Amino acid sequence: MIQADLNTVLPEIILAVYAMLALIAAVYTGKDKTAPLVLWATCALFLILAAFIGFGGEGAQTAFGGAFIDDAFSRFAKVVILISAAAILVLSQDYMTRNDLLRFEYPLLIALAVVGMMMMVSAGDLMALYMGLELQSLALYVVAALRRDSVKSTEAGLKYFVLGALSSGMLLYGASLVYGYSGTTLFTGITAAAASGEIGLGLLFGLIFVVAGLAFKVSAAPFHMWTPDVYEGSPTPITAFFATAPKVAAMGLFARVVHDAFGGAVSDWSQVVAFLSVVSMFLGAIAAIGQRDIKRLMAYSSIAHMGFALMGLAAGTAAGVQAMLIYMAIYVVMNVGTFAFILSMEKDGQPVTDIDALQNFSKHHPGRALAMLVLMFSLAGIPPLVGFFGKFYVLQAAVDANMAWLAVAGVIASVIGAFYYLRIIYYMYFGEERDALDAGMPPVGWALLMGCAAVMVLGVVNLFGIEAPALAAAEALVN
Amino acid sequence: MLNSLLSIITFIPLLGAVILALFLRGDDEAAQRNAKWLALIATTATFLVSIFLYTGFDPANTGFQFVEEREWILGFNYKMGVDGISILFVLLTTFLMPLVIASCWDVKHRVKDYMIAFLLLETLMLGVFCALDLILFYLFFEAGLIPMFLIIGIWGGANRIYASFKFFLYTLLGSVLMLIAMIGMYVDAGTTDIPTLLTHNFASESFELLGIQIVGGMQTLMWLAFFASFAVKMPMWPVHTWLPDAHVQAPTAGSVVLAAILLKMGGYGFLRFSLPMFPVGSEVLGTFVLWISAIAIVYTSLVALAQHDMKKLIAYSSVAHMGYVTMGIFAVNQQGIDGAIFQMISHGFISGALFLCVGVIYDRMHTREIDAYGGLVNRMPAYALIFMLFTMANVGLPGTSGFIGEFLVLMGVFQVNTWVAMIATTGVILSAAYALWLYRRVVMGDLIKESLKSISDMTGRERAIFAPLVFMTILLGVYPSLVTDIIGPSVGALITNYDTALLDSGLATAVAGN
Repeated sequence: MIQADLNTVLPEIILAVYAMLALIAAVYTGKDKTAPLVLWATCALFLILAAFIGFGGEGAQTAFGGAFIDDAFSRFAKVVILISAAAILVLSQDYMTRNDLLRFEYPLLIALAVVGMMMMVSAGDLMALYMGLELQSLALYVVAALRRDSVKSTEAGLKYFVLGALSSGMLLYGASLVYGYSGTTLFTGITAAAASGEIGLGLLFGLIFVVAGLAFKVSAAPFHMWTPDVYEGSPTPITAFFATAPKVAAMGLFARVVHDAFGGAVSDWSQVVAFLSVVSMFLGAIAAIGQRDIKRLMAYSSIAHMGFALMGLAAGTAAGVQAMLIYMAIYVVMNVGTFAFILSMEKDGQPVTDIDALQNFSKHHPGRALAMLVLMFSLAGIPPLVGFFGKFYVLQAAVDANMAWLAVAGVIASVIGAFYYLRIIYYMYFGEERDALDAGMPPVGWALLMGCAAVMVLGVVNLFGIEAPALAAAEALVN
Repeated sequence: MLNSLLSIITFIPLLGAVILALFLRGDDEAAQRNAKWLALIATTATFLVSIFLYTGFDPANTGFQFVEEREWILGFNYKMGVDGISILFVLLTTFLMPLVIASCWDVKHRVKDYMIAFLLLETLMLGVFCALDLILFYLFFEAGLIPMFLIIGIWGGANRIYASFKFFLYTLLGSVLMLIAMIGMYVDAGTTDIPTLLTHNFASESFELLGIQIVGGMQTLMWLAFFASFAVKMPMWPVHTWLPDAHVQAPTAGSVVLAAILLKMGGYGFLRFSLPMFPVGSEVLGTFVLWISAIAIVYTSLVALAQHDMKKLIAYSSVAHMGYVTMGIFAVNQQGIDGAIFQMISHGFISGALFLCVGVIYDRMHTREIDAYGGLVNRMPAYALIFMLFTMANVGLPGTSGFIGEFLVLMGVFQVNTWVAMIATTGVILSAAYALWLYRRVVMGDLIKESLKSISDMTGRERAIFAPLVFMTILLGVYPSLVTDIIGPSVGALITNYDTALLDSGLATAVAGN
């Protein structure tokens, strides 16, 4: 019995054991000199596990009495998480080395965070949920403050920690209420309790608190306040990481909780999620207009994008979950590409984040400017770029679920949001003559930037076949 | 081969753009020349291939022809095809694009990118007219914003940034509402296949929304969503304000494409979607469109009279002429719709030519102020002749294509709403006023301005660009059945279906009672 359980959680065990062993090994050998090796090894392991999970798993298994679920949904989310984490790691190496930040703990903390994320999307129990969430968060608090001698980075880490602890508290409080009123922490048990007639007020209360805690993790408005500061303060590769894998994990967990635990009470939570969605879309779109710092701008952009992903969830249907998963996968690719570009924004070797520095960028670096143009239009959701299809899916899910008002609000927000993406293009292409930014770009970053832009263009052919696995994942979750 | 003809036509320009982007390096004289030649070859090849479309088309068949269907994502299909309504827009586009490319031969700034932008734009415009799948249509329709945004923003005039943002956001807001309606149609009908949707009856029972009685129900709401997009694109009064800005700031070639082809997407959209798919909605709101068209014609003609900038004047005149188009379409009878399509085709030649005329003197004097000119006839006789021809065509002088369109539209509208027709007819007088006044101030009189003394007449290249436009304007003016024979049967079928759908919905009795 226990062997079957361990088999099911094998990828997580491998990754966790690897992280701990590598930590010991690195401490007793070359310390930071081993960091590049550890980084590449971690990446390789991520990719191997992604392949193992992506091609290996079949059907749905549960382990540890239902606390851990391995189904098509968790596998889809895990593959996206692992691949994006690997991409960010390789992307960061150059920057981290040059800024003397490449410590061996860094890739290992990321690995531990990824273990937490994998737990999150596989959680079948409130305890497992909390464990995964905290493992992820604790690792992320540390990496946010990785630049120890920088006030901003330390501030980012501290802010993230304090607000994260607050949200964890809310989530725990909600979880305790749910446990109190349903008598179990297992999602299956909660479903049974919620399905037996009217969902009780206590259970509803608990649900709202859990949702609020989760909304903090996905940085949905009105729980978004930490995002711009943390994005701005953290070292840029860490920001890139924050914008990708943890978002997927948190969104996966969100879907897991509302559908697996409260699948019978769709009408109760879908309004709440719809509210979060609308507020996030508008706040992300409007607040970003005034931003000059590209990292803060991306923070607001991510808030708006989470609003769209939540729209899929608000629909409360399998199509909605499918839309959300596709949206997140596309969102991750766009962000990896955009952050690869942001990492290359340097002047005389110093990172620049003011968008004003991009003036007339296209004249000096036409290739990179074109890739960024594609990514910006894709983020704005203009066809035929893939970002449009992400939006299309969630809008369709919303209309299908009789939430046309939400879809209309969403497209209006997306028009407002288009403004600041266009502004970056305007700086790059129509701007005045300025001193050029540095020409060099590490080959890995260049390849990722161009690759992501190419994906945005070529995806119009068939979206790289992502629909079918996303559908299988959604159907595994919603049944 | 024959059933992928439309794809070939649509994607030749894209192929040219890809070749330019990937294989052409450098920005020296030779590279610029190569870029221009390659773009010219690609657009000319597109035009030559599209001639097969013309010869192979059977006007008597009112269905879609040259249909091509492939599977695509999400259960949507990549489906292309043309009927009598769309084929002429395809031909108009392929005909005009080589002339547009030839007209920007003197551009020096980022030539390669300029050519790529126009080639991309051509692919997207052709796609709009050929697409037979809602989502595919939307893809082409909205993607066209990207190259146009760049064309205005990079190669435009002094105030180009304001104009490009206004153009982009204005049109985007219109089209996203259409997107929601399209999703609604897909949810309702279960398909995005346009030929199937043309026969699908969308619910038209009235219901109450937020305390307002919606006559025509879903159809009216969807009609309004489509209207938001097409009215902005057209553009109709009062959402036309982006057009003068965009026109004034855009480079000459950009203005030509904008006026001659992009505006026609709105009219095409009304004919392809609003009328046949939401007949009840169209019937409910048709009178409203007739009236705002009439207002547009008179109001924008008056505004045109007050302009100091030549491009702005022609831009307002375009809005007025588009007013005839919307009026003709929503008259919903054979003359009206025939006239509307004719007007769009003829306006494609005439407005394109007028913007090119402005471009000719702008290239020489670098100003579009009307006051900066006068007496050009003394130095530029050939230019004066060509400008006069297109001014007359713009006014709608018999013998030019402008007359046929306006006449048919007014005839169609007269049968439906005499008052609107009467008001619109005053627009013909006003258009004569502003067009002839413009001509007088720019071309006639003595050449007294010092700066104009050394201006040279049109070059051989410029004459060569105008020749086909002159030919088409006169040809269609004296032989209009060249167009009406092709569009007639399809328009007839459209009207028959429209009337049947109205009868089925029970609204016709209410209308007949009026």
